[in-house]
Amino acid sequence: MKFTLSWLKEHLDTDASIDEISETLTKIGLEVEEVINPAAQLNGFITAVVETYERHPDSDHLGLLTVNTGKEKLQVVCGAPNCHQGLKGIFAPVGTLIPCYNEVLKVGKIRGVESFGMMCSEKELGVGTDHTGIIELPADTEIGVPAAQVLPIDPVIEISITPNRAECLGVRGVARDLAAAGLGKLKPLNIRKISGTYTSPIKVEIKASEACNTYVGRYIKGVNNKAQTPKWMQDRLTAIGLRSISPLVDVTNYINYDMARPLHVFDADKLKGNICVRMANEGEKFTSLEEKEYTLDSQSLGICDDEGIQCLGGIMGGLEKGCSPETTNVFVECAHFTPENIARTGRKFQIDSDSRYRYERWVDPKSNILGSDYATQMIVDICGGEVSEMVMAGSEDFEPKTAYIRPSRIKDLIGLDVSAEKIIEILTHLGFTCSQENGKIKAVSPTWRGDIEGEHDLVEEVVRMIGLDNIPAVSLPHDKLPKVTLSAKQHNAMIVKHELANRGMLETVTWSFMDENLADMFRAQPDHLTLINPIATDLNEMRPSIVPNLLIGVKNNVARGENNVALFEVGPQFYGRKPTEQTQAAAGVRYGLTNSKHWAHNERPVDIYDVKADALAAIAAANGPVDSAQITTDAPGYYHPGRSGALRLGKNVLAYFGELHPSVSKKFGLKQRAYAFEVFLDNIPLPRNTQGKARKKLELSPLQAVDKDLAFVVDKKVKAIDVITAAKTADRATITDVRLFDIYEGDNLPEDKKSLAITVTYQPIEKSFTDKELEVLMQKVIVAVENKCGGQLRQ
Amino acid sequence: MGKFENIDTMLHQALQAIEQANDSAAIENARITILGKSGSFTQLGKILGTLPIEQKKDFGAELNIAKKQIEDKLGAKKEILAEQELNTKLAKETLDVTLPIRDEHQGRIHPVSKIYEEVVAIFGQMGFDIAEGPDIEDQFHNFNALNMPANHPARQMQDTFYIKNPDSDNFDDSYVIRTHTSGIQIRTMEKQQPPIRIIAPGRTYRSDWDATHTPMFHQVEGLVIDKNITMAHLKGCLYDFMKAFFELDDLPVRYRPSYFPFTEPSAEMDIGCLKTKTELKIGAGTDWLEVLGCGMVHPNVLRAGGINPDEYQGFAFGLGIDRLAMLKYGIPDLRTFFESDTRWLKHYGFTPLDFSSMTGGLSNTGGQAR
Repeated sequence: MKFTLSWLKEHLDTDASIDEISETLTKIGLEVEEVINPAAQLNGFITAVVETYERHPDSDHLGLLTVNTGKEKLQVVCGAPNCHQGLKGIFAPVGTLIPCYNEVLKVGKIRGVESFGMMCSEKELGVGTDHTGIIELPADTEIGVPAAQVLPIDPVIEISITPNRAECLGVRGVARDLAAAGLGKLKPLNIRKISGTYTSPIKVEIKASEACNTYVGRYIKGVNNKAQTPKWMQDRLTAIGLRSISPLVDVTNYINYDMARPLHVFDADKLKGNICVRMANEGEKFTSLEEKEYTLDSQSLGICDDEGIQCLGGIMGGLEKGCSPETTNVFVECAHFTPENIARTGRKFQIDSDSRYRYERWVDPKSNILGSDYATQMIVDICGGEVSEMVMAGSEDFEPKTAYIRPSRIKDLIGLDVSAEKIIEILTHLGFTCSQENGKIKAVSPTWRGDIEGEHDLVEEVVRMIGLDNIPAVSLPHDKLPKVTLSAKQHNAMIVKHELANRGMLETVTWSFMDENLADMFRAQPDHLTLINPIATDLNEMRPSIVPNLLIGVKNNVARGENNVALFEVGPQFYGRKPTEQTQAAAGVRYGLTNSKHWAHNERPVDIYDVKADALAAIAAANGPVDSAQITTDAPGYYHPGRSGALRLGKNVLAYFGELHPSVSKKFGLKQRAYAFEVFLDNIPLPRNTQGKARKKLELSPLQAVDKDLAFVVDKKVKAIDVITAAKTADRATITDVRLFDIYEGDNLPEDKKSLAITVTYQPIEKSFTDKELEVLMQKVIVAVENKCGGQLRQ
Repeated sequence: MGKFENIDTMLHQALQAIEQANDSAAIENARITILGKSGSFTQLGKILGTLPIEQKKDFGAELNIAKKQIEDKLGAKKEILAEQELNTKLAKETLDVTLPIRDEHQGRIHPVSKIYEEVVAIFGQMGFDIAEGPDIEDQFHNFNALNMPANHPARQMQDTFYIKNPDSDNFDDSYVIRTHTSGIQIRTMEKQQPPIRIIAPGRTYRSDWDATHTPMFHQVEGLVIDKNITMAHLKGCLYDFMKAFFELDDLPVRYRPSYFPFTEPSAEMDIGCLKTKTELKIGAGTDWLEVLGCGMVHPNVLRAGGINPDEYQGFAFGLGIDRLAMLKYGIPDLRTFFESDTRWLKHYGFTPLDFSSMTGGLSNTGGQAR
């Protein structure tokens, strides 16, 4: 909402400065977004007179001036066609910042003649648009005074209006609030009661009272729409960003911003028959004045003549029956539409207008006749014409909202004592009619307020006038040691992030949505989870996996020349459109080299064992069962079928890891192999509450453990984990660790065989092993590997 | 000088030989020449048997003294040589300590996670729990229960994303992606009677995209409900938080009346700052920065959550995690938070070894991504 200072003063009698006004507006809940005060940039400019004027010796169109500033006389070169001897205008001495060019004026030399300053145009000063000549001030203007004192300067104030304060979408509402805050007096409205001289040839009828309960119309014949809109009105409209179009349009715009009162003017000669306010027929067409065609439904309200819908009630006028410069007879509409219907239709057809904006918030239901009089008066004043009697359908009867407030409630809710007298004073200033009933204050809302439902609303009115700064600040009481803030699950998510970052990955945060087409490759079920109104076509589906978003991240980094990327994210993944159909995952992608070219070690590309380690580390960080998890080779199809795995507890999948399927990498434009893991944090079992934090007793043996190396020849398809498990379980009492330290395929071995070498750690229990005992223990491992994996001890 | 000239002479020669030895081989050689089986002093010892009895004692004593002298000298010389040799060896072993270390990898924690942890640390200290809720919400929890019935103009304050109904071609607005985490207020009240003291952090979504708005961002909702919680507590709680969060002893704040459908009275909180062309400094200054919206919970919201508004009351607030990160850590553009640019993540990210707490510190500035 924008208005100018002079506009505000039309309604508010005040001496307050622009700074005081803007500070108060913010304090009472009408937040000032911007104040544009042209006076602020007029520093240095002064009034001056052109004492002598002659032709520039070396130019036909330039003048050579002596300018008297009251203090000194200066030689100035000036090209303005309206410059002449005796002209009083605005002078910029050398060193002045010229707003229009944003440059400091220097001594100029124009065709060999020096110029010590400049006579200015409106445009150069930023106070107007005129640049055809320099400003010419009245002959009695004093010279040598600051420009801001003599120029007509009207600062523009922009405030943001919250949806509950619809009446402040008109300057009068703002003025009333300021008056209530003690910043002046609200001036009485000066609207003439107009009595018509003939009966309107156009009648009105309401057939949809649920959407429109009042319709006031007036016929004005013989108007001149080619007349000039008065300069003051043009200036105010221009200042708030509206274009002056024609007097009829300007008047409706002006009243909309002056009184928050929308209006519509039809070209009466184009209307056929009478006005009927009715619901549209399903499929009925309407073409707006913006030349867009809409196919309406039966809940859309139309203002119709015999030829159909000419106006989408309260939202936008139609193309056909609007006013043109040639218009001579008009029909002025001032009506009341219900917010619900306006909001529905506006949203359905996505039409935004100043009128819709006001109606769907609140328009004073008792302002129809007033608005009609106001508009009629202005039209007649500007365009002339002869006014009919008012025609009206429905009535302006309206029961204002009533609410009660207990002074004690303010103290209870706000922590501040406010007397009943003060409450009544504040509410009365705001237009409420107050009376006291059984210790409560009864407050009847003014008709321009539609937001007051109950006591809490009245509390807010009082508080905003008293000032939030006057409420004391009291720390929250806390009388005990707070318990641990994070739940076990929340704590796990946090630790996992820190673990993965500590493993060299960069945590990122990516959109929860992604490209539907890319999601195809990552979706477990065929259901798409698309947005009706995505912000971009490639962000139109809730992500089924974090991995694709990380791959986009990798791709963008590679495009910037960063070829080694390790990114992870902890966040939601979605599998259904209902709330709770989402899971929390920690996903990571590694790409390029894990060790780059270095003097001390070879460069090493990322491989699946890096992402397997990431997945295991994340599970371990979340207190997951790393040792008892099984590894299976059934990761989803977006992974390489032979280079991926799942970590699971039976059916419960804790994680997937592996190389991404080459067709997936290709789709993301990645030239090298990419590796990913996904840990499903929700699937990691949480410790039961009954479990204490005490650990198992640590049994330490005084005896030294013995390491024995064994190598087995097995079929190539035998999984390493099976050999390790077979060895580990060969003698649970003594074998504490089995480590695979070598894999060999090739010479000396059959084509389909490989050799796996392991170190088995034996822990003696009561006394050290004898050679014989060790021999037996090793034999147990050999037998176990042979039985379970078909392995032969390699000689 | 001793009585026995030959001992003196030989001692002199022996000491000289030791002195001249300049490596461990030479000194061993000298030892053998003097004290070895056929060494000069071993030979001298053999003379002892041939001497007349009256000389034997003196000769023996003198010989022993001389031997002791030789052994001391040998020991001392060996030590000198050993040290010389060690020095020579060390000199040869010198490495270039300026060579870069082997690759080590430590990543970074994203500012959004960092701020989350800081916010949790501060509100945790004030006895708040962390509540969570789904990103996809139903109309009831996102709007209706928050005093925003259908067609309420406030619904358009937040450009909402709607989820398509796969079974229908018509516009179906049953499910939205949450426009705020305020719905968690309702979900909490549905599960729990007062006293309630929670914060609800999470992703939120609105259709908006510029330097300070992204279609996804992060919010923390706060809710305090009890019998005697007033707006004075709201001011105290948020002031305490802001001071702790910005790690300042003094921070000017102001409240402006505002409007949110789910609170009344509603307010926005500004904090003081100093804006210059190049930087923004939080604290005393000439400007104000909006940091959060808040208010006393609307009775309709309490009712929707199954709480009697005649018995209980309280306040709610919502603050932007990303915005707090921008202000505290001087990050100019919100869009960059979500671009996964490794240069940005390394620069604005935090060491994973830093866990925010009110006892151990909210944030440190040390460390660099490796």
